[in-house]
Amino acid sequence: MKRREFLKSSAAVAAGVAIGGVPWNGALGQARKDTLLAISENGPNSLDIHGVGTNRPGYEASWNSYDRLVTFGVKKDGQGNDHYDYTKIEPELAEDWTVTDGSATFRLKRGAKFHDGTPVTAADVKWSFDRAVTVGGFPTFQMKAGSLEKPEQFVAVDDRTFRIDFLRRDKLTMPDLGVPVPVIINSGLARKHATAADPWAMDWLRTNEAGSGAYRVERFQPGTELVFQRNDDWVGGPKPKIQRVVWRVVPQAGNRRALLERGDADVSFDLPSKDFTELAASKKLTIVGTPVENALQYIAFNVTRPPFDDVKVRQAVAWALPYQAIMDSVMFGRALPMFGAAKPVADASWPQAHGYATDLGKAKALMAASPFPNGFETTLSFDLGLAGVNEPICVLVQESLARIGIKLTINKIPGANWRNELLKKQLPMLTNTFGGWLNFPDYFFFWAYHGQNAVFNTMAYQNPRMDKAIDLARFAPDAATYEASVKEFVGLAFEEVPRIPLFQPYLNVAMQKNVTGYRYWFHRQLDYRQLAKA
Amino acid sequence: MLAMIGRRLLAALPSIAGVIVVTFLLTRLLPGDPAAYFAGPAATPQAIEEVRARLGLDRSVPAQFVGYLGDLARGDFGLSLTTGLPVLRELINRLPASLELTLAGLLFAVAVAVPLGILAAVRAGSWIDHATRIVATAGVSLPTFFTGLLLVHVFYSVLQVAPAPMGRLDVFASPPPHITGLYIVDALLTGDAATAWAALAQLALPALTLGIFALAPLARMTRAAMLSALGSDFVRAARASGLSRSRIVWVYAFRNALLPVLTTLGMVFSFLLGANVLVEKVFAWPGIGSYAIEALIVSDYAPVQGFVLTMALLYVLLNLVIDILYGIVDPRVKLES
Repeated sequence: MKRREFLKSSAAVAAGVAIGGVPWNGALGQARKDTLLAISENGPNSLDIHGVGTNRPGYEASWNSYDRLVTFGVKKDGQGNDHYDYTKIEPELAEDWTVTDGSATFRLKRGAKFHDGTPVTAADVKWSFDRAVTVGGFPTFQMKAGSLEKPEQFVAVDDRTFRIDFLRRDKLTMPDLGVPVPVIINSGLARKHATAADPWAMDWLRTNEAGSGAYRVERFQPGTELVFQRNDDWVGGPKPKIQRVVWRVVPQAGNRRALLERGDADVSFDLPSKDFTELAASKKLTIVGTPVENALQYIAFNVTRPPFDDVKVRQAVAWALPYQAIMDSVMFGRALPMFGAAKPVADASWPQAHGYATDLGKAKALMAASPFPNGFETTLSFDLGLAGVNEPICVLVQESLARIGIKLTINKIPGANWRNELLKKQLPMLTNTFGGWLNFPDYFFFWAYHGQNAVFNTMAYQNPRMDKAIDLARFAPDAATYEASVKEFVGLAFEEVPRIPLFQPYLNVAMQKNVTGYRYWFHRQLDYRQLAKA
Repeated sequence: MLAMIGRRLLAALPSIAGVIVVTFLLTRLLPGDPAAYFAGPAATPQAIEEVRARLGLDRSVPAQFVGYLGDLARGDFGLSLTTGLPVLRELINRLPASLELTLAGLLFAVAVAVPLGILAAVRAGSWIDHATRIVATAGVSLPTFFTGLLLVHVFYSVLQVAPAPMGRLDVFASPPPHITGLYIVDALLTGDAATAWAALAQLALPALTLGIFALAPLARMTRAAMLSALGSDFVRAARASGLSRSRIVWVYAFRNALLPVLTTLGMVFSFLLGANVLVEKVFAWPGIGSYAIEALIVSDYAPVQGFVLTMALLYVLLNLVIDILYGIVDPRVKLES
């Protein structure tokens, strides 16, 4: 063989592989029109919201394929986009309900059927609620947040009537029925797959769906793909417009952006802030950013030991943080600033901005008056799983605090270990995000500031005055007491600064221009039922 | 022959036992607490202990190991917490994807590197020799995830000739019936040319990415082996006898140069199986590499152990195949020795 022939043959091989990529089939155009293609970084690990370790994407799978008794209404947010409304509770599987001081009685919708055709009965509701309060872990905990704790509270009166007996009067009981946890499961079908060791069919429901929701699961390949088909017999709400939803896992952020830009994917949440800003500027896609309700990115101190047990040191740091730089070069403006309020604690809202801003003069004066006039060395920790936001924040903070004599070493903690480290409450200083599903200031403070010292009280902050104000607000008899106590604990949090809020993050979503009807939900997952594709 | 294969497999048992022990201990040494992770964001310490007990992680390490061995003996690789499915089933589902990718990458690398290596040896010192050196050096010094992203950018985003980097098949195509698990092979076996073409289109960029990485060792080894073969006495004798040039290169030199090339091929194949991990991530390829790495990130022990064990078994098989091929290529090599 001659050199020329060699060249030809190897070039042909190379070309053959490269050309392998050229177009596929045009016949798919029709299917594409009725199908929504959603892409994300991670896929669900379970279809069962009650499962052990069900991840966030799992909430989305469950939300769209199961029904709950009630759901929430809708309102327009400040930018004119649809936003769920936690003040309006609306029917889903329940047709109507009556609430008395001691109980709530629900009537199920006529004609409601599970995906296998069996009718939904009150016995199914009871079985599902019993399961949620019995299996332990996250679902049980979430039910408890609404004072739903014991199977005896749930009564199937007849086929279509279901009653909940209250343990105590709790303003969160009704809203808690609309969160993703209290789903109605086809108990007849699930029981067939239950065993003596597994009476709640946890194994089977992890990969099999037994709901009555707007979409049935057609194919589930964990870590790869999930395909939904519309349930045309759904009675839970208006008939969804999208016929089929394909949800593919695309781990690489750059590729997710490329897929959106080329128009191959319809919708995605998971992109870096920088990409969202650039995509919004290019106007090729619809970008919606909604402030995540009741959520804050913050810097926390360990207040149980020096140097951060001293309030002057904490205040000095609060005056020295580079707030605006973080907004501009980490979040690219896609967050709500939570600093520099002219008149802090003017009302009883939450989240609200505190009065600190970057003022090195004030910071230095406070440091000079503290037990550490010459500064000190310590570490600032963050969760590597969220390095995209956390790492640049830490670098900016490190730079800024060096100017008031605090020398920081940045400590990167792998995602799997992060929660463990939080539980130990040993880290001197860290940055993190916390958000509460239920949008009440006292709910946020109960988890993040209360002396019960939950895992989210990352500061190990304990102050009887704070606890008293929080407890008062949780069970306040009237609006005036409620507002006064909220203002009290918010003011205390700003004055004592065990943690310094930086910003309220956005939930960003990028969609093709022909996709409409996007609605923000507190669970921060996609609801297919309102979406339409032109 | 069969007795020899049996002996070789028996000889591999100690190394596999070693792999089992080491992976078990290594996963336990990793930082991170799976119980705290899987108990969910709002877990109380009691809830975490409950999860720990349910996962069997409250037992002592030796007790866990005995349990693990018992499960393995029954063919049970455990349950993945990240995907919620049995590890064995996942590995069996995902292995063909990794193999298809690795084999295609290797095929490309061989098809390009071997002719290039031969040419470089035959024309040593010429421009083609230098070009081979440059191509090989560039290929091995570019990290695979970078090559992958670059190829996606050029062929998908800019030139728009490649399909979306979203796994093994277009979203709207359905996979061929399961025979071997290799989509292209299965589609061709069932006579479904359209699906075979679609699968090939999806495979092209990831395979190219892997192949480029593997070019260097193959091309360099082919060149070196060819050079020494071409400089040997028997080639000089063949030249002196007036044999044609192509006969000298192919029959005398190449056949003799094949043995080291084959050894390198075995090595390249095994490290491509490892390099897969990053390529699978970039192209959303549902193989065993991306499966293992996701499990590793969240300290999900069972898939990591299953993955390492599978890889160990693959290596044993691969070495065996290479040894058998030696005997075919060069009858002088006796396996018994």
